[in-house]
Amino acid sequence: MEERTPFWQDPKKRSLVYQGLTLAIVGGMGYYLFKNTQANLTKQNIASGFGFLSQEAGFDISESVIEYFSDETYGKALKVGFLNTLKVSVVGNVFAVLLGGIVGILSISSNWLVSRISRGYVEMVRNVPLLLQLFFWYTLFSEIFPSVRQAYNPIAGVFVSNRGVVIPAFESHPVWTWVLLTILGTVVVIVPLIFSWGKKQKEEFGIERPTEWIMAAALIFLPIIVWMIGGMPSKFEIPSLQGFNFKGGFTLSPEYISLLLGLVLYTGAFIAEIVRAGILSVNKGQWEASEALGLSGWRTLTLVIIPQALRVIIPPLTSQLLNLTKNSSLAVAIAYPDFVSVANTSLNQTGQAIEMVGLIMLVYLTFSLTTSFAMNWYNKKIKLTER
Amino acid sequence: MVYKFTKNPEKRTLPRMEAMAKWMKKNLFSTKGNTVLSLFLIAGLIKIFTPIFTWLFIDATWIGDAAACREGSGACLAFINEKFTYIIFGPYPREEIWRPALTMVLMFALLWWSKEPSRWSKKLVKWWAGFVVLGWILMSGGLGLAPVKSTSWGGLPLTLVLSFVGIFISYPFGIALALGRRSQMPFIKSMCVIYIELIRGVPMISLLFMSSVMFPLFLPEGVSIDKLLRAQVAIIMFISAYMAEVVRGGLAAIPKGQYEAADALGLNYFQTMRFIILPQALKIVIPPSVNTAIGMLKDTSLVIIIALFDLLSTTKASLKDPEWLGFSVEGYLFAAFIYFILCFSMGKYARRLEVEFHRGHKNREVNI
Repeated sequence: MEERTPFWQDPKKRSLVYQGLTLAIVGGMGYYLFKNTQANLTKQNIASGFGFLSQEAGFDISESVIEYFSDETYGKALKVGFLNTLKVSVVGNVFAVLLGGIVGILSISSNWLVSRISRGYVEMVRNVPLLLQLFFWYTLFSEIFPSVRQAYNPIAGVFVSNRGVVIPAFESHPVWTWVLLTILGTVVVIVPLIFSWGKKQKEEFGIERPTEWIMAAALIFLPIIVWMIGGMPSKFEIPSLQGFNFKGGFTLSPEYISLLLGLVLYTGAFIAEIVRAGILSVNKGQWEASEALGLSGWRTLTLVIIPQALRVIIPPLTSQLLNLTKNSSLAVAIAYPDFVSVANTSLNQTGQAIEMVGLIMLVYLTFSLTTSFAMNWYNKKIKLTER
Repeated sequence: MVYKFTKNPEKRTLPRMEAMAKWMKKNLFSTKGNTVLSLFLIAGLIKIFTPIFTWLFIDATWIGDAAACREGSGACLAFINEKFTYIIFGPYPREEIWRPALTMVLMFALLWWSKEPSRWSKKLVKWWAGFVVLGWILMSGGLGLAPVKSTSWGGLPLTLVLSFVGIFISYPFGIALALGRRSQMPFIKSMCVIYIELIRGVPMISLLFMSSVMFPLFLPEGVSIDKLLRAQVAIIMFISAYMAEVVRGGLAAIPKGQYEAADALGLNYFQTMRFIILPQALKIVIPPSVNTAIGMLKDTSLVIIIALFDLLSTTKASLKDPEWLGFSVEGYLFAAFIYFILCFSMGKYARRLEVEFHRGHKNREVNI
């Protein structure tokens, strides 16, 4: 006859008991908090729910990608904030990767000065809080930089003053939006298609297609075709001082520039560290072997070392890209109207604390999940395939 | 030691010069391109740093009032001089300032003493526990000291309290979450994964907002906890998720054989963890958790957004003094300098520990 084991000695039953207990504790706590919240909300006469999103916001937003007036709804205001977050984090991520990649490679240079300067920059920037750096850059605009009339003119056509930075730009025309969208669409849809097509050709027929060239051609020519269909607007504006402000060109506000500069410099330092570690992780024999093959230093780096280093670099790089996106929420401290900043204003006006904090979390979670999804996909593509 | 001085000093200078020349040839002037680059960089560095150095030290106004500063062309270090106490200690009552000062001195002394891994023992833990009690009494009053409310704590002590208390309390939570994430029980595992990923996916600001606007709603009627404690809870919630990932890294590094050996000895789960796995895993995660601590020290600066007076807030507040307007650069540089010293030395320490622990592992492998 089988011996009966008491239930506390049966791992399966025991695990059920533990999980039941956890469920009870978590559920009980959740219920307790929910009850308290409900009681507090009824006392303060705050209706929960997202109905307030269609009410009139009544506050101005200093800069916006789409047109916005203060008599529009909270929903629209939040959309403006969302687009502003997107604007600073997408541009910031691109520049941070460029800066970090360059500095990371420079920091292993055989020239002592070059490597020291790169390391010095990394150590200096990453040991000081980002928020402090943002305040510092912002204060340069508000306190140190001159008024519009005495604006610095470092490069022809670029003006730096306490109202921000003005750069030359094409005259605004709806076609430019379409061109940008085409570039984005090419990167997201067409490039992966070409990639998988090339892979299929190689696996099934053994033909090596020049996929890189096709991708480059698609990236260059598709936007140009869209631009040509749209009527080829080519009027280029160089800003010039007229009266009390600049006319023409594209103005980057002090808030935007400070935030972008701070985020790029800060995240760039961390990325440089990651790139450096990635390159150093490649076996020394790889350098020696490619030297023996007669490859130049640059070709060794781009053809042999970096492709292998990328496997080490990608996962921590992903979390840095996400960090930049999350850190862009510090915008609220220097009055750049990003999503958190707009949400905070709405929160103060409506008192819808739970909904607003929930929305903030939801937006950043979406960013995080999409970025890590895309990066995981890329990482899988370049994964080492062993025999 | 003695024979060092018996060496002929002249004999040593020549090779030293030669070695320097050799070093420069190798590291700065190895090729034509490198020579041009090095000379260009040296010129650039001189051009950039001479004005900064002149501004910061030579032309600086060291003592005097704001008017004296405005006359001078250099940095206004008199501003730092004037606001030093406020920036470091915040709104803490002036006549009681020796208390946070003493607490900080004690803390740094104890930190300095604890930095050698050979001194880590149970006795040291008791010392730290004693320090926490003493520090609490010194900061908040009691035993004959005048009580000081936490609302008037500020500056560097507040920054240190928020980050170090945050790190230490989140440690056990991090361990629990990491163990939960590796658990076989689906419900516990999924709860831990959701918590960790949720917190790591959102910016810290949103947690601080939560602490300032949502926590009061969670509490039953009539109960309220002060802002500092709420911020501390939010910070602990935040770090715990990051700590969990750090600990998970340590747990993953323990070879499977250790679990199997523990099973073979008949140890149950808690015994396995307590006596076999955690002692090894936690040692591995000490260097990365120092790095997490650096991140936290920097991130506590965000409490300015919910109007707590940490080091950055006191700096910013002292810039608003109408008498001393216009010296923001000096103020921020001073605060940056303090943060830099703290974070840089912690980072150096983490790297040293990493090397030391790694060496320990290597030796053991050789011995076996």
